[in-house]
Amino acid sequence: MKSYLANLSRILIALLLCGCLAACEKRDIQHIKNAVVYCSESNPSTFNPQLDTSSTTADATAHQIYDRLLEFNPENGRIEPGLASSWLVSDDGLTYTFQLRRGVEFHTTAYFTPSRSFNADDVIFSIERWKNESHPYHHVNGGSYPYFDSLGLADTIKEVRRINGYRVEITLDSPDSSFLANLATDFSVMLSAEYAMKLLAEGSPSRLDRYPVGTGPFKFVQFRQNQFIRYQRHESYFRPSQGIDQLIFDITQRSSLRMAKLITGECDAVAFPSQNDLVVIEEREDLSLYEEPGLNIGYWAFNTSKPPFDNPEVRKALALAVDKTSLIDAVYLGQATRAKSIVPSTSWAYESGARELGYNPVRAREILTEVGLPANFTMDIWAMPVQRAYNPNALKMAQLIKRYLEDVGIEVNIVSQDWNLFRQNLTNGFHDSVLIGWKADNGDPDNFYRPLLTCDAIPSGTNRALWCNKDYDALIEQALLTDDIEKRRAIYHKANLLIFEQFPLMPIAHAYQYQATRADITGMEINPFGGISFERVKRIQAIQEAEVRND
Amino acid sequence: MIKLSIRYINLIVLTVFVLLVFSFFLPYLFPGDLLTNITGITPETQQQREALEIAFKLDKSIFHQFVFYIENLFSGNWGVSTATQQSLKTEVALFFPATIELVVYALLFSILVGIPLGFIGGLRHHKGFDFPIVTFSIVGYSFPVFWIALIFITVFCLQLNWLPTSGRLDLLYDLPSVTGFVLIDIALSDIEDKSAAYKDAFRHLILPTLAVSVVTTALFARFVRRSIMDVMEKSYIIAAKSRGFSPWQIFLKHGFKNALIPILPILALQVSTLITNVMIVETIFSWPGIGKWLIEAIYQHDYPAIRIGMLAVSIVVMILTISTEFLTRAIDPTREKVEHATF
Repeated sequence: MKSYLANLSRILIALLLCGCLAACEKRDIQHIKNAVVYCSESNPSTFNPQLDTSSTTADATAHQIYDRLLEFNPENGRIEPGLASSWLVSDDGLTYTFQLRRGVEFHTTAYFTPSRSFNADDVIFSIERWKNESHPYHHVNGGSYPYFDSLGLADTIKEVRRINGYRVEITLDSPDSSFLANLATDFSVMLSAEYAMKLLAEGSPSRLDRYPVGTGPFKFVQFRQNQFIRYQRHESYFRPSQGIDQLIFDITQRSSLRMAKLITGECDAVAFPSQNDLVVIEEREDLSLYEEPGLNIGYWAFNTSKPPFDNPEVRKALALAVDKTSLIDAVYLGQATRAKSIVPSTSWAYESGARELGYNPVRAREILTEVGLPANFTMDIWAMPVQRAYNPNALKMAQLIKRYLEDVGIEVNIVSQDWNLFRQNLTNGFHDSVLIGWKADNGDPDNFYRPLLTCDAIPSGTNRALWCNKDYDALIEQALLTDDIEKRRAIYHKANLLIFEQFPLMPIAHAYQYQATRADITGMEINPFGGISFERVKRIQAIQEAEVRND
Repeated sequence: MIKLSIRYINLIVLTVFVLLVFSFFLPYLFPGDLLTNITGITPETQQQREALEIAFKLDKSIFHQFVFYIENLFSGNWGVSTATQQSLKTEVALFFPATIELVVYALLFSILVGIPLGFIGGLRHHKGFDFPIVTFSIVGYSFPVFWIALIFITVFCLQLNWLPTSGRLDLLYDLPSVTGFVLIDIALSDIEDKSAAYKDAFRHLILPTLAVSVVTTALFARFVRRSIMDVMEKSYIIAAKSRGFSPWQIFLKHGFKNALIPILPILALQVSTLITNVMIVETIFSWPGIGKWLIEAIYQHDYPAIRIGMLAVSIVVMILTISTEFLTRAIDPTREKVEHATF
């Protein structure tokens, strides 16, 4: 009998020891391999950001695999050279000439070996693909280019012309002061024309967006749905850096699990830390938290195509019935600023004196009686099922609004569905009202005014109020015809007034953006103008080792 | 014996048939477009739809469709997942081994720990070491698996920071899936530092294995303890004692075998419970097994995947259960009288 006991205790001790030993060597592998693991929140729907506006797709692709002709400086929002080393705008604002950088190498991967470097053909291919409906690649993988479609860019561009191998000329139909900014967004990536032609010849063009080839700092290695995306450093990247060798996106949908992985060191950085975890991250010495006012807006949109929400008075009454301040306190936990109009204070078009509706349930009830809303009126509030900075907990917000609306005699039904289905149903206009938001893709205010509320943005699925107003559209068009900021500001002021009078949506808050990393990771700046970038990310220990070696 | 084998094979075939019929009708019961539910492909044009309908014999009678379904299943053509557009056969082949792996480790652990614990408790019942064992078995048996898993994560990962919370191997090891069993794949791979990889795999294994096996170990210990207590009171043991055998000899010669054989079928039946528990633990520890895969398929309304996943899991559980039943029947002569094959 004793021997059994002895055996048992030996096994237990051995197990415990192994556990401890194993624990001590935890993070070595990340250092040896000079790799960074980023816990992302979901699967990208494609590896070509031209095809999708979701920030998950942009994060996984735009700044890892690809480059653009122009880039935003993340600090001041200025447009800087990317693959175009310089550019020239004609005096009438219609012709843009881009001088391309020479010697930019495309990725050499297991599925493609490029024979030439980046040139004008790639620019023409990348733009023609979404612009030209008869382009052989236009209809590949869906044929919908939501960002460009919502801006109507295909119609703005008259022609893309090759001047020589490294010079491209783009002519517009009408001046567009946001055009350069649009070329710097996550969606205006440069694809390889050579790779596309090879796939076309092989008869498998759809692989272009699943097995991507770009010029970016990382090349694609492998993607497994719901599990991971593997990238490797692009050795001959045109902006050489001492960054990491391997990048892994560990797809972890639950935010609590992402947080756990950050604490155990399985992740070096996480997407969308939840508001509740921010305090914990700040307290821990081994984690760092970055904060930045975001270019975003969380709002409550009314389906203006459906009665009684087609009546601006009803929409205003609903907004009057809800105390915005308490929504912001309860849902954003102080990590957002109150939204007056749809543009945040970081934008130059922000209007500090913009009119907004206060909390006035008495007035709300009066209006509702005036318009003759039935006594037991019931409406739906759709609450988006995912967390975003601009609305970290739409469900909770919907419940709060429900209570406020009960006070003015309106019954509320809260709807929440799977994210993809949810967005599809919103585009179909099945909702009465929805709690959702928008994150800008570039620093230009046009990126708020146009996709959120213009008529063109209804079919492309960003105008959730389904609000179409010709006067408003005319104003937004007019604002693009000039480069003079003061003139544009005056036009946007008029647009703000129109929005306030028509009230297609209630602006709620502009949230701060957060990024949480392990303390030994540097160079992960928050990019307010788009997806995350790992180009300049480094491990501190790796840097120190390199210094020691140099000494 | 031959008669018995035939009966069992008969039982397997019949059950598989019932499962096939059930799984065949699932897509007709699921909401949504029947064609997508069956094929996993959402047709973009009307021509494509018609072509698919003809290819999947949807224009023929239900009997034709069933035969076509069976043919496809056996020829390995299991359709594609609506969510990933990957072949379901590849996906199941990728995820199932991870589940089997965890089942094997948990089972080994339960046998190596649970059975000795049961013997100790039973032989020394109501004395010293028996009390902690009884306590453990009751406590372990009573806790829900998912709760234990969460407690493990809280204590060992978040508080003590000893072990990783998720996965089978650090993602930095680019391990090609050959057999699907992580430990074997490491041996077959060309990873430079294999011992580090083994260590890493082992660290990932500890918590899920323990979490799954707590319940099974507790059950094993309880059954074995009860059984050995009964056996040790039998007259042949008393006779052996009176003939002056040492307790050790008695246990080895008579106790061990006589205590284990009657409970073997009960223990074997626990394997199916174990698989269910593994599927729960997988989702908590993000273990890339069939359980996690199925839960995600359910979440994404991926009906072709749900159908194949359900079929694969139920067939494996069923064959395992019936064959363990058959094996214990074969080695336990006292049960030969029972002729009918049962679960």
